[in-house]
Formats: sequence, C-alpha cells, structure tokens
Amino acid sequence: MFTSVDDVSARLAEAGYLASPAVATTVFLADRLGKPLLVEGPAGVGKTELAKAVARVAGARLVRLQCYEGVDESRALYEWNHAKQLLRISAGRDESWDETRTDIFSEEFLLPRPLLTAIRGDEAKVLLIDEMDKADVEVEALLLEVLSDFQVTVPELGTVTATRRPFVVLTSNATRELSEALRRRCLFLHIGFPDAESERRIVHLKVPGIDAALAESVVRVVGALRAMDLRKVPSVAETVDWARTLLALGADTLDETVVRDSLGVILKHQDDVLKAQAKLDLDAV
Amino acid sequence: MTTSADLASRLTGLVDALRAHGLRIGTGETVDAAQAVRELGLADRELLREGLAATLLHSAGARPVFDAVFDLYFPSGVGAPDVEPAGREELRDRLAAALADDDTALMRRLAIEAVDGFGGYGASPASDGWSSYQTLDRLRPQTLLARVRDEVRARGGSTGFGDRLLEDEIRRRIEEFRRMVTAEARRRVAERRGRDEIARRAVAPTADRVDFLFAGKERLAELRRTVQPLARKLATRLAARRRRAARGSIDLRRTLRASLSTGGVPMRPVLRRRRPARPELVLLCDVSGSVSGFSDFTMLLVQALHDQFSKVRVFAFVNRVDEVTGLLVHGAADPEGLGARIRGEAALTSWHGSSDYGAALGEFTERYADAVGPRTTVFVLGDARNNMGDPNLPALAGITARARRVYWLNPEQRSRWGTGDSAAPAYAELVEMHECRNVRQLSALVGRLLPV
Repeated sequence: MFTSVDDVSARLAEAGYLASPAVATTVFLADRLGKPLLVEGPAGVGKTELAKAVARVAGARLVRLQCYEGVDESRALYEWNHAKQLLRISAGRDESWDETRTDIFSEEFLLPRPLLTAIRGDEAKVLLIDEMDKADVEVEALLLEVLSDFQVTVPELGTVTATRRPFVVLTSNATRELSEALRRRCLFLHIGFPDAESERRIVHLKVPGIDAALAESVVRVVGALRAMDLRKVPSVAETVDWARTLLALGADTLDETVVRDSLGVILKHQDDVLKAQAKLDLDAV
Repeated sequence: MTTSADLASRLTGLVDALRAHGLRIGTGETVDAAQAVRELGLADRELLREGLAATLLHSAGARPVFDAVFDLYFPSGVGAPDVEPAGREELRDRLAAALADDDTALMRRLAIEAVDGFGGYGASPASDGWSSYQTLDRLRPQTLLARVRDEVRARGGSTGFGDRLLEDEIRRRIEEFRRMVTAEARRRVAERRGRDEIARRAVAPTADRVDFLFAGKERLAELRRTVQPLARKLATRLAARRRRAARGSIDLRRTLRASLSTGGVPMRPVLRRRRPARPELVLLCDVSGSVSGFSDFTMLLVQALHDQFSKVRVFAFVNRVDEVTGLLVHGAADPEGLGARIRGEAALTSWHGSSDYGAALGEFTERYADAVGPRTTVFVLGDARNNMGDPNLPALAGITARARRVYWLNPEQRSRWGTGDSAAPAYAELVEMHECRNVRQLSALVGRLLPV
C-alpha cells in the first residue's frame, strides 16, 4: 500500500490527517508486516480518525465494529438468520430431513457481522475495531483467530480465510488492561498529545481562516493547561473546538476576557476551570 | 553496526535488557522487530526507535524505559564529540540561545558537549566515569531562566496573553535539557563499563515497579498522576467481578422474550440480576514519615474508587487515631498537599512523634467502634513497626471479630517482617497480611481483595 514512511506521511496529510513520525512509521510497518495496529491514547487525539484516513488513502472500504459492554459473537462475527431458516423449513414441508439440514446452514442464511465482512470478498478493506476496552474479555478471545490468521471458523460451514488481508486498526482508551494475548498479536502505537508545532498545523488544517498569531496563542495556552494537574486535560479535539469558537466570536487575539469566557470549551470540570483561572492569573468576576 | 550478525546480537541484547526491566517480550516480537529493522533500514535513528517501540512494546508505561535502553544500544554517536571543549560561560551563552529558540537539536548537541567538558571525574581508568549531576551542577541551566525570558521578550517572540505562560515553557525546556544530559552521561558510562550492565542498573524502572518506601518526591508525584487511570481500571475490574458474582436463578419472563428470535425455543436462558449491595470500606492508615508515601497513594486510590462503595471512611494514625474522610472529599483533595494537610489538621500524635500501632488500634476500637460492622471490610496500611511498644493484639482481634474481612497491606519486603521492631508476624497471625511494595502489587491486591 505504501512505499516508504515519508510516503505514508505525505498521503495521510493529503487525506487531512497530520501524522507524527511515530504514527507514520507504525502505519507503514503495520502495512508491511501485515499485522493489526493497536492504538492507545487519551480521548480526542485522533485514534479513530487515523483508521478513517488510512481507508481514504487506500481507497478501501471502512468496516467498523463499535465495541460496547456486552457485544458478543452474534454482533461481531456472524449470526444465523433464524427467522429465515424457519421459513425455509416450513416452505419445504415435503423434503427429506437431509436436504433441509444441508440447506438451512448455507451462505444464504448467514448474516455476516463486521469481522466476517472484513474477511470475505476481494475488495480492499480497513477494519476498525473501536474502543476495544469497552468490550468484555471474552470478545478478545474471539478476536484472536481473526487477528493472527485472518480467518473465521463457522462450525456449520468451515473456515473462511481472507483472500485479501484487511488493514486492521484497534483503538483503546485503556479503561481496562487488554490481555497479553491480544497485545502480542498487534503492533502497539501510543498517540499522545502532539508537540506545539504539529498542533498548530492541525489547528490551521481544521480551522481554515484562523489568524496565525491566534493559533499560536491557542496552542500555547492549551500546552500550559496540559502541564497543570487537571482532572481532564484538554485534548486536540478541544483545541480545535476552542479555535473554532474563538473564530466564531470574532476574537483576533487572546486576552483575559476572551479566555475567561470561553474556558468552558476546553475544560469540562468546574474545579478544573477554577484551578486554571488561578494559574493563568485570570481575575474571577 | 554493519554486519547482520552484529545487528542481530545488538537487537537481542536490547530485548534482554528490556526483559530484565520486567517487560514481557516473546521471541515472536523480537522477530517482528528484526523485520521492522529490515523494512525501515538503519538510516534514520528516530524511525528505527519508533519501529522497534511499535513491535516490542505493549503499553505506553514502558516507553521511558525503552527510550533509555534504546539510547544505550543504538547511540546517536560514539566516543567524545570532535569539537574543542568550550568554556563554561560560552556554553551557557549558547545554551541560553538554544533555549530561547526552543531548538531541541542544538540542545542535544550542547548536552553532549557539556557532559564531555564538565562531566568527567576520576583519574585512573578503573574509577573514572561521567556524571550528569556534576555536569548540571557546574552548568546550572536553571539559573538561565530570567536571561532566556528577557531575550525572548526583547525579540518580541512573546506578546499579549501568551506572555504569562513563557516562564513555565522555558522551565519545561530546561527540564528537557537536564534529561538529555542524563541520557548522554549514561551513554558515556556505558561505553566504559559495558552496555548490558548499565542498561540493567542505571535505567530507572517503570513507575509501577518503584518501591513505595524508597520512591523519591518526584517519583511519588508521578505515581499520584496514575491514580485516576488506575482507579478507572480497577472500577471496571470490580464491575466485571460483580457481574460474574451475580449469576443466579433463571428469569422466566426475559428468557421467554429472548426465545422469540429462536422461534419460541428457549436456547439461551437469561439469569436474574441480583441487586448489588454496595459494601462499606474502612481504611486505617499509618501516616508516619516512614510509610506516608504508601498511605497517601492508597488513600487517593480508594477515594478515587469511592463511587464503588456505599460508604468509605478513612482514619489516619501515628500514635493516635483521627478520622480524615472529610479531608479527602472527591475533587477538592489536592493530591500534593494531602499528606501535609492530614498531619496538620488531624490530631495524630500525643507527646511523642513515633508510630505506636498498639495505642492507635486501642483508641480506634474505643472511639470509632461504630465504624465497623458486619458489612465492613477493613484495610490496615502500615509497616507494623511498633517502636517496641505493646502491639495490643486484643484490639485488632476485636476489629476482626466485628468486621466482614480485615486485610493488612504492608509496604515492606516480606523477608524483613519481624526484623527489628516490626510486629508484623504477630499481627499476621490475626489478619491476612499482604506484601504491597509497589503500584503493581497494590493494584493486583486491590482488584482481588476489594469486596464486590
């Protein structure tokens, strides 16, 4: 898919994703070694966005499995269409048992879910398994076969092996420790907060029309907030939101009033707001 | 680093050093790493670093250890820099300029020169070495703050609102420079003493393996930052345990409803959910100097988990007991000042300042007997070093009799229990005592022992 690490950065940038060297290198390796990519990091740094950007770059179809507590085999892998099977049985009343039995467990009655969809077919696909940490431990075991051998075993049908390997991205917010077995099968990438320079470029990319000096100050203030000991530090998503807000408010430079009034956009807890006001020397009104 | 055999042995050396730091890396990952090296080539060191990190590591916490070890096995240069050692003032001038420009590449070169110029000590080949402490002591980068600030302002590089952030930014750059000097000094020492040994001994372990009793102030601050994520993880683990514990009788109505998708055949029975009874928790913490780091951390952790319990009460003692639950109110508790506030606002000592478990336990049973009931789990935190006083075993036995469970978490190494003035074995006969030396052990214990 890619020829070099620079190629990855350049093409992701075209698709609207500014990749750090770490991100570009890992994406390149995931493609070359054919291994799934496990992306961890705080909320709002662009983990899901990375998978979407890779899909755009590769011209691949994005298959997404959103994990939640209680997601199971029938939601992730495949399910038999019971209703249709019942119809089939009642429609063919005079058939022999053997005919019916072989027939109702065929492809026609199979409902493919994201994992099976990603493996079947010849078109290029990017499989995004989002928020893996929200799923139960049992689902991880389910994924192991898919991630290491790119195959799914349906007991009644046999094993479906991928003819064309999908590019797999798993994301996690680390609310739960993922099992060693799963981690072992993946390349690991931690996306942290970007450095000031990259964050400025992201702001310019996402909020076109913002003044360069304003973008610079926005990034500096967010950087200072991240260094404070806050309950929820602002993420890249919040930086972009804040820049948009400031643009909409028509502010062309940051000053005390503007910052005080719009601090709620980047900080989501009242005690964080109070702490930041104290540290930034904003007089509370 | 030219032949492939040399490269392979260097790679396995790196992996061995990482394993010695407790990272679990299998042969499969080493093979992946070698493949990554083949794909990326050796031309760009930073790409190589990211590639190896992606293939060898499994969690973000291991990254600082990896970076330090990587610098030793794949150094950016070998030997001394090929420039004339500059004088102290000249180096400080250039460092000030680099800090003002935020030029990390130049800062890194200056770190190399600084260690070369000021870090060497000792005269004989057997005892000489390179010291980052000595380098930083001579160079004193922290005193450049005012100068750099004025320089940036004079250039008009910082105006308006951002100006008030400038000092903190420069402080962070100086901190970064100190880290570079440390890494460089370590590399120079490794050249002399052998890489493998330095990689094992001189690289700081990951935060969750640091002993509470020996952790410095900075390490403890680092640990405190991990409280919230750790609490979140433990809460998920507790929720999972609670769910598993709630397997009960069949819920007929929901089973029938679920059977509709299988044509009325109840293929999957649905079990009745049990109403969770939230347990109560009492924490009894020794906050005397020797173990305060451990107690503070555990208190914060339990407080962060407060919504998992119907009631959490925290008591602190040195030789007298006082309730400190109020000081730990969620969100208001300032983690850094917590220890000082507890010692300042609660009555914890009588006429002497050393810990006395016997007296503290006795007072607890007298004054706060109502805190412990049949639904309460009690955690005692402390090293059980009683300063030769009476251990007051009946008091602890009384607590054990009334509480649902009593656990004792001891931050001392098990082999040292019972040495000197430690009353640990006596207490361990009455309650379950666990060794709890670092965050890794603590989180394993908390995840296992906390009631569901």
